[in-house]
Amino acid sequence: MTSAVDTPADAARPVPPSGLVAVARAPGWVRYALLAAGLLVAFWLPNGLYPAVAVDILCWALFAVSVDLLLGFTGLMSFGHAAFWGTSAYVTGLVAIHAGLPFPAAVLAGALAAALLAVPIGYLAVKRTGIYFAMVTLAFAQLVYYVANEWRSVTRGENGLQGVPREFFGLDLTDDYYFYYAILPIVLLGLAAAWRIVHSPFGRVLVGIRDNPARARALGYPVHRYKLTAFVLSGFIAGLGGGLFAVSHRFVSLDVLHWTTSGKAVIVVVLGGIGTLWGGVLGAAIVVRLEDWLSFSGFEAIGLVTGGIFVLVVLLFRRGIWGTVAALARRWRAARRG
Amino acid sequence: MSGFAQNTFNGLVSGAFYALLALGLAVIFGMLRVVNFAHGAFYMLGAFGAYVLLTEAGVPFWAALVIMPVALAVLGMALERAVIHRLTRLDPLYNFLLTFGVTLILQDLVKSRYGIQSSPYATPSALSGSVDFGLFEFPTYRVFILGFTLLLCVAVWWVLGRTRIGMVVRAATERPELTRAFGIDVGRWVTPVFGFGIGLAGLAGVLAAPMRAVNPLMGADLIIVVFAVVVIGGLGSIFGSVAAGFGIGLVQAWGEAYLSEFPIVSQTVVFVVMAVVLLWRPAGLFGREEAPA
Repeated sequence: MTSAVDTPADAARPVPPSGLVAVARAPGWVRYALLAAGLLVAFWLPNGLYPAVAVDILCWALFAVSVDLLLGFTGLMSFGHAAFWGTSAYVTGLVAIHAGLPFPAAVLAGALAAALLAVPIGYLAVKRTGIYFAMVTLAFAQLVYYVANEWRSVTRGENGLQGVPREFFGLDLTDDYYFYYAILPIVLLGLAAAWRIVHSPFGRVLVGIRDNPARARALGYPVHRYKLTAFVLSGFIAGLGGGLFAVSHRFVSLDVLHWTTSGKAVIVVVLGGIGTLWGGVLGAAIVVRLEDWLSFSGFEAIGLVTGGIFVLVVLLFRRGIWGTVAALARRWRAARRG
Repeated sequence: MSGFAQNTFNGLVSGAFYALLALGLAVIFGMLRVVNFAHGAFYMLGAFGAYVLLTEAGVPFWAALVIMPVALAVLGMALERAVIHRLTRLDPLYNFLLTFGVTLILQDLVKSRYGIQSSPYATPSALSGSVDFGLFEFPTYRVFILGFTLLLCVAVWWVLGRTRIGMVVRAATERPELTRAFGIDVGRWVTPVFGFGIGLAGLAGVLAAPMRAVNPLMGADLIIVVFAVVVIGGLGSIFGSVAAGFGIGLVQAWGEAYLSEFPIVSQTVVFVVMAVVLLWRPAGLFGREEAPA
């Protein structure tokens, strides 16, 4: 009989199933075809979906990719990413309201604030790994939540920031359909940046640290500094998503900082496929669409469904959608090669 | 009555809740390597269960104090057998995610049945009023909680330190392979220990019912604070979890009393303490340094 105690935490392995990483990739033409298909879907999306939902999907795609950057490629599960998403949402909202800048500038300010916040939190959190890292990030995110809750003169407490403008050089972006196309370049830029990070030498070092921290350290890589850099970059990308989210809803409430938001980001990544980057985008599309559909059909216990998805995915479907498809494709190619 | 004694006493009482929850988390983590996110949800179920038993079946507090922990322990053991057990060979993070999902489900189940409103639970008559300690006077119910919790912690400490069961649990926690090599069936203890930890969370919930508002989200924010508490104490250490639980209760109460012009202090001080501890002793005050991964 096997039992829990066979695997002490000291022997904790990195999160994603090995062999799922960017290192083993699909052939060139497959990647280009997928990229083209993805871009087509991205351009078509608000025609097939309620535009407000399409906008949410874009924001959440950035959020998911930022979490996967840590979870899938650095082996760190941040359970407090709402801190960066939410901080950027508030800073973006405040800048947009008080400075009247065009919205990309406000979003940039928000994302920079999130990255700045990620420095001290990351510095402390990377001192621990695995489950401790998750708990520490969660706790610091809750600290940020309390601060926002109490700092009413700035955050307006329970009322939230109302009337975040969508200012862009006098262009009328009040219609979500046009707003979608206004933010699409920013989102694509964010996703491309994540892709670039993962496939750079820096990203390879991250994967090396994830797979074997001791070896990375022995090779002379400053492991903590690499993890911290990844954490700050991830915070910035999460911040981009959070800022866009604030502008798109024209409203920021404390929900953006709550721990359930952090948890939802992790669900999205696990559902899409840890360590696959695009899986996160897919997961975001599914979860946002599902939640919209549930709330639209008057179903109130959304946590029941998202929680249920979580349990099922963790139990039966740990590779997630993209991971499963990728594994099948690999098997198929291997079989064809004989 | 001295304000300082009053604040210290209140800090110890809220510390008792942290200690009970952290203790359950610690034994479960020790035995199963599972950080049980659902611990707060089981605490909530304990309180809600007591409330439902009283209002819908007229079951008094004292009976609930026995029924709820036992019922929840059984539920916990079923959960361990049904799902958590399947993930034990994987990274502990998967069980963290699983119990997070369970938390959302449990919260929503209660929420959709009873709504989000808080419900009052009357203090049992035998424990109403206050106790006079000569110099100070404290509410009887809080004195009871403090005494009961301390007694329980000592009992757990005694069981772990002095009995054969405790020996097995401690040995299996520290050196599972070696324990097995001595011919001890470690797997046999995993499920009961999980049930025991959940039972403690349920007990804390019943104890909280007359003192705190009973609602579906009462465990949600508490569990995050308890996570910070176990990071401070050192998750591998049972003593550390309990000590940090009482310590944080005290620091919070003092912060609330003496820095009352900054209301944010009492809520955030635990995270500030956590940051300091991480800087100074990343493994926690009483935790051992993990083997380098």
